[in-house]
Amino acid sequence: MWFFTPEEKEIQKVCRDFAQNELAPLAEKHDNEESFNLKAFKHMGELGLLGITADPEYGGSGMGATAATIVMEEFGKACAGSTLSYLAHTILCVNNLSNNGSSAQKEKYLPKLITGEHVGCMGMSEPEFGSDAVGMQTKAVRNGDFYEITGNKMWITNAQYADVVYLYTRTGPGKKDLTTFIVDKGTPGFSVSKEIHKMGMRSSPTGELSFDKCKVPLANRVGEEGDSTIHMMKNLEIERITISGISLGIAQACLDQCIKYAGERKQFGKTLANFQLIQKMIAEMYSETEAMRRMLYTVCYEYDHGNKSNNLASAVKLQLPKMATKIALDAIQLHGGYGYSREFPLERMMRDNKLNEIGAGTNEVMIMIIAKNLLREALRS
Amino acid sequence: MNDFQKELISNLRKFCQDNIEPHMEHDDAEGKFRMEIFNGLGEYGVTGVTAPEEFGGMGLSYEDYCLVLEEIAKVSVPYAVTVSVSSMVQTILSEYGNQKQKEKYLPALTSGEAIGAFALSESHAGSDAANLKTTAKKAEGGYILNGTKMWITSGGIAKTYIVMARTGGEGSKGVSAFIVEDGMKGFSFGKAEKKMGWKTSPTREIVFENCFVPEENRLLEEGQGFKVAMGGLDRGRVAIASIGVGCAERALSESIRYSLTRQQFKQAIFDFQGLQFMLSDMATETEASRLMVQKAARLLDTKNPDSKLCSMAKLKATDTAMKVTTDAVQILGGVGYTSEYPVERFMRDAKVLQIVEGTNQIQRVVIARHLRKENESHA
Repeated sequence: MWFFTPEEKEIQKVCRDFAQNELAPLAEKHDNEESFNLKAFKHMGELGLLGITADPEYGGSGMGATAATIVMEEFGKACAGSTLSYLAHTILCVNNLSNNGSSAQKEKYLPKLITGEHVGCMGMSEPEFGSDAVGMQTKAVRNGDFYEITGNKMWITNAQYADVVYLYTRTGPGKKDLTTFIVDKGTPGFSVSKEIHKMGMRSSPTGELSFDKCKVPLANRVGEEGDSTIHMMKNLEIERITISGISLGIAQACLDQCIKYAGERKQFGKTLANFQLIQKMIAEMYSETEAMRRMLYTVCYEYDHGNKSNNLASAVKLQLPKMATKIALDAIQLHGGYGYSREFPLERMMRDNKLNEIGAGTNEVMIMIIAKNLLREALRS
Repeated sequence: MNDFQKELISNLRKFCQDNIEPHMEHDDAEGKFRMEIFNGLGEYGVTGVTAPEEFGGMGLSYEDYCLVLEEIAKVSVPYAVTVSVSSMVQTILSEYGNQKQKEKYLPALTSGEAIGAFALSESHAGSDAANLKTTAKKAEGGYILNGTKMWITSGGIAKTYIVMARTGGEGSKGVSAFIVEDGMKGFSFGKAEKKMGWKTSPTREIVFENCFVPEENRLLEEGQGFKVAMGGLDRGRVAIASIGVGCAERALSESIRYSLTRQQFKQAIFDFQGLQFMLSDMATETEASRLMVQKAARLLDTKNPDSKLCSMAKLKATDTAMKVTTDAVQILGGVGYTSEYPVERFMRDAKVLQIVEGTNQIQRVVIARHLRKENESHA
C-alpha cells in the first residue's frame, strides 16, 4: 500500500522471503502430518517477529497493526496454519501481556516469548461457552497468596506446545467478574487434556486445557480482579484485524495461482485465459481482493493513528474471511480435478480459511456486534 | 415415495447407519475403502438398481436409483460415488454391449461382487475430452493400447474398466470404447491421487503399456466410442445431482439438530433469527434441488428425457451441496471444523461434485447451448 512506512516495507520484504523459502515448501507436509513447524517458529524469533507489537523495553519491536497484518498476509500466502500459531503467540499472548502485564511480569515472561524460546497461547473459550465467552465457568478462588483454578478451556491454539498461558477465569458471579492470570507449563493441576483434529489449519496445534485445583501465585494475576473484560476489549480489534490478514494472504495466493494456471492450461485448443467464464472468475477475484486489501490496511492505518474502531475491525473480520473462502472455492473450481488434488495448495487454503470465519469471533458474532453498535439508539426506542 | 420405494429406502438406511456410518470418520482420515461394505450394498441389490433382472439387476427405474444414491450419500458421499460409477458402467454395457459381453461382465457388477470404472479423462483432456491421446492400434485379433488415463474413480479397486482410446484420426470420431479387465497384461495402476475429499473412494491413474485387448472387448464399432461416452452423460449428471442432494440433506439435518441443542447466551442458537434465516435457506435450496433431480430422473425413465434439465439439476444440486455444507460448518462453529462431527467431511466431499461429470462451468455452457437452440427453433 502507498502509505506503508519504510520499516513496514522492509518487514514485508523480509516476511515474503522467509515465508516463500521456509514456510511454503513445508506447508503440505505439516498439513498432511498434522504437525507444527517449530523450526520455522524459532526462526521467526531470530527475525524479531515474535514480539512485533510488544514493548521494546523487553525485546519487542513496538510496531502497530499495519506491520503485524503485513506479516499475517505474507505468512498466510505460504502456510496459514503456521500463521495462525504465530498469531496466537504474538497477538493473543505476547501483545496482551505487553499491554496489561506489570513490569515484573513483562520482565519475567516477554524476553523468552519474543526470542522464541517459549511458545505462548491464550485461554478464553470453553466447551459450553464459545460465542458467549463472557459466560465462562473456569473458576479461580483466592486462598492467601494463591488462586486455585478449576475448569476447562477449549480450542486453544498452540496448547500442546505452550510454555505460557494467558488465561481468563471467573472470580465471581457477575458478568464482569473475570480475572486474568499467567499460567506456566508444569504447574501442578494444569494439563493438556485433549488434542483436537481439524479440517484445516492442521499445522497449527489445537487442544483443550484442563485445570484441576491448579495453584497459581498472586504474582501471576494480571492487573486486579475483574480486569479481564478491559483486557479483552483492548485486544479485540487487533485480533480481528490480524486474523483477516491471514485471509487476505490466502485470497491473494489463490488469485496468483489462478492467473498462472489460466495461462498454462489448454482445453479445446486454447488456454483457459481465453474463456470468458474464466476471465469473469479472475476479474471478480481481483476486484474483491483489492477492495478488501484496501479496507483492511486502511483500518490498520487508522488503528495505528489512534482510531481503534470496533465496528470497522468487526466489519473487516466479517467480510474478508468470507470472501477468501469464496475465492479459494472458485480457485479450486478453476483448476478442476487438479484444484481438488493435493498437488496444488488450493484445497488446503480453502480448508484453512474456513477457520477464519469461525475463530476470533464467528461471522454471526460480528454481525451481532456491528448491528448492536449501529442500532444502539434505535434499539432503545 | 410409493410403498416399494419406502421399504427399499428404509432398509437401506438401516444398513448404511449400521455398517457405513461407524467407519466413516476413521476411514476418511486413513483413506480406506472397504470392499465388504460394497459387497454388503450388493446384498441389498443397490449395486445394480437399474440393470436388467436377467443379468442380476433389480430392473428398477432411474427415479428409484436416485433415491438410493441420495440415501447412501447421507452417510457417505464416496460410497454413493463408487455405486454410481459402477452403475454407469452397467448402463453402458446394457445399452451398447452385445449379448456375450453382457453375460460375461454384468452379473459380477450387478451383484456387487465387482466394481466397474470408467476411463475417459487424461492429464490434458479434462473438460475437453475429445482431445484424448490414449491410442488403440489394430493388431492380430484385437488392439494394442498405450497411454495414461487420469482421475479414474475406483481405479485400483475396480475389476472392469470402460476405456476410451483413439483408433482413428483427431477429434471425437476417432475414439473407440473398450472393456478392459484388471489383470490384463500391460495394464497397471499409476499414481493414487491425494485429494481434499472423497478419501474413501480411491482416484488413480491407470496406465496402458502395449496392453493387448481382444477384439471381442470392443463396444460397438470403431469410432463409436464417443457415442458410448456421451450416451451416459445425462444419467451421470442426474446421479451426481442426487448425491449432492443427499450430501446437503445430511448437512442440513446435522445443523438443525445441533442448533436445537446448543445453548449460547442462555438460549438454543436455533432461536436466533440469524440462524433461522440460514437454516430456512438451506432447507429451501435442498428441497428445490431434490425436486429438480426427481423431475429429471422421472423424465429419464420416459422416452422424452430432458437433457437441459439434467444439466440444470447437476448445477443446482451440487452448488447447493457446497453452499449448505459450508453453512453447516459455520453453524456448528468450532466443533463443525473438527473431525468429531461429520459436517467438515461433507463439505470437503461436496466440492468435487461441482467438478466431476462436467464442471459446473461446462453445465452452464451446455444449458446456454440448449437455450440458443430452443430459441432458434421458435424463431
